[in-house]
Amino acid sequence: MEYTVPEHEYLRPHKKFPSVWCAGCGIGTVLGAIIRAVRSLNLSKDKIAMISGIGCTGRMPVYVDFNTMHTTHGRALAFATGLKLARPDMEVIVVMGDGDALAIGGNHFIHAARRNIELTAIVVNNRIYGMTGGQLSPTTPVGDRATTAPYGQIEQAFDIAKIAEASGAAFVARSTTYHAIELDRLIARGIQKKGFSVIEVLTQCPVGYGQLNQTGDAVEMLKWFRDNTTAARGKVPSGKIVRGVLVDCDIPGYVESYQKLMKTSKKRT
Amino acid sequence: MSNSTTTARRRGKARLMQGNLAIAEGAIAGGLGFFASYPITPANEIATFLSRALPKRGGVFIQMEDEIASLSAVIGASIGGLKAATATSGPGFSLMQESIGYAAAVEIPCVIIDVQRAGPSTGMPGGPAQGDVMQSRWGTHGDHPIIVLCPSSVREAYELTIHAFNLSEQYRTPVILLTDEVLARMSETVEMPLPQVKVIGRLHPEVPPEWYFPYDNAEGDVPPLVSFGHGYRYHITGLFHDKSGFPTSRPDEIDAWQERLFLKIDGNVEQIARIEEEEMEDAEMVIVAYGSTARSARHAMRQARKANKRVGLVRLVTIWPFHDAAIERVARSAKRIVVPEMNRGQILREVERASRGKTDVVGVNRADGEMVTPAQIMAALEV
Ligand SMILES: Cc1ncc(C[n+]2csc(CCOP(=O)(O)OP(=O)(O)O)c2C)c(N)n1
Ligand code: SF4
Repeated sequence: MEYTVPEHEYLRPHKKFPSVWCAGCGIGTVLGAIIRAVRSLNLSKDKIAMISGIGCTGRMPVYVDFNTMHTTHGRALAFATGLKLARPDMEVIVVMGDGDALAIGGNHFIHAARRNIELTAIVVNNRIYGMTGGQLSPTTPVGDRATTAPYGQIEQAFDIAKIAEASGAAFVARSTTYHAIELDRLIARGIQKKGFSVIEVLTQCPVGYGQLNQTGDAVEMLKWFRDNTTAARGKVPSGKIVRGVLVDCDIPGYVESYQKLMKTSKKRT
Repeated sequence: MSNSTTTARRRGKARLMQGNLAIAEGAIAGGLGFFASYPITPANEIATFLSRALPKRGGVFIQMEDEIASLSAVIGASIGGLKAATATSGPGFSLMQESIGYAAAVEIPCVIIDVQRAGPSTGMPGGPAQGDVMQSRWGTHGDHPIIVLCPSSVREAYELTIHAFNLSEQYRTPVILLTDEVLARMSETVEMPLPQVKVIGRLHPEVPPEWYFPYDNAEGDVPPLVSFGHGYRYHITGLFHDKSGFPTSRPDEIDAWQERLFLKIDGNVEQIARIEEEEMEDAEMVIVAYGSTARSARHAMRQARKANKRVGLVRLVTIWPFHDAAIERVARSAKRIVVPEMNRGQILREVERASRGKTDVVGVNRADGEMVTPAQIMAALEV
């Protein structure tokens, strides 16, 4: 049986543990997957930047021994856009919560996808605002509870992958914290992709979403991911969420196009 | 137009330049490598020029989806090692405030050009104003110092843009170039050659990565900043942070960091704040002005001098940090200080505060999208 192992070499040695996350939180699993993906690609730590916004997910970069930046709420992709254009040789990984990426940061999300800029965006979708105390998020399903939706969510939830696809991302994938090995591989493919890649990770927040919606503990939530998702292609069993690569196409990335533009601009007066 | 300018032009040693273009050219001369912005009147000419000029020089121009994204991208590019800037006007400047605070807190150099227009709200897009003076100082939440420069002529706009980049690197801080619609849109004869300003780059640490602390108070007021991707892996956060850049909630660490943050700018006022004095030797009445209003002020001063009135001009080239000591000196000898501004009295309060009641301080204010006229200033001088 395949199993995952922690890669201590990529973690910052001092003072950072125990982590800020609650017991049973799935964000650490996503972090582990990112590290294993980086390791599998043999990337130099010096050439990786991890940029985050604000939220429980936003705290992820502090633990990894990369060039790391915890920015402002919603704007991580914009910061990352500047960095990538300044340093096209670096792999820039952006980690965001669902609120960070799609509520306050929604505009930057669709425009990063439209530009197809060579960033790897990992959206930790726990369907709630973890850090601020369980408020509704743009991915909270209709009928679910949140501290600001005490009678149930009445707004439709965003489908992150569909938005990414419609906005022009070259690579879109979805997985869950239950499927950690699959997640490693999807993240590795996302990093390798030349263009904007989005990996949505359904992640358990047992303290916020879990308690408000009586899902049971973290283990129960992981089992839910196991039982309610499918890697099936073609005819998807009804009610199941599809995992795996959803979009993989070759369109020129922004940095690549910009570099071409620089060359042609020099020839013009 | 002065005689020397006329002669220079006749000899072909002068160029007619627009304020916004002088800023764009100044930015390139100052080492600009990355520019991101969102269209807005009256700042547009800067982006138009740079979208053409930057790629040719190997630099990056990008039009972002809004001003928040623009400044965020600028900060990202700066930590990637490029000198980076954005340009905007009132509404866009308001949107940038959170990121300005971020850049100040994490001490990443960047330049923000705010071409002021009449406001609040959409106001009068083509009307000049100086209404963002206090916003440039206190617009973001929390306490932080800032450097804000106000050019009064096209030539000075060019020079101060280079200077803005230098200061931002030297002090690891966002620097705001606060101009206004008059200066931005007018064309003026600029004597050639353009001012030569030494370009200052980023201080690199002398220590190896294991010993590097990006916020080390022991390194002096301004610890060196290493850009990403050079083997010095560290963390940056807008949370209060310790010397290594990691979040901290220890009051002693926070306090030490804040002390240094303020000290590096407020403690260097004499070096940072430029003040220009004209006809001040025997001045009894003093006009304190900045930006394009200083042009009306100079005109008023000359008129008054012609009438044998002892009027002098103190021009604030740097408005923040505010040079309290210089103003207090003036207040000690002047009978009256007149402060003309295209707002309802923003620097006026600073002049009053710094004067410590030692003289009479009078504002000449208008915020209707028109310039303060020399006649208005003369009236306040009662000459
Ligand atoms: C401009 C701004 N608005 C609001 C906040 C408060 N805030 C912090 S985290 C957060 C939402 C967190 O939810 P999400 O992005 O889904 O991330 P999670 O904590 O679930 O990982 C909010 C609203 C902020 N920091 N900045
Ligand atoms: S609140 Fe939820 S998302 Fe945040 S750390 Fe706790 S379990 Fe994780």
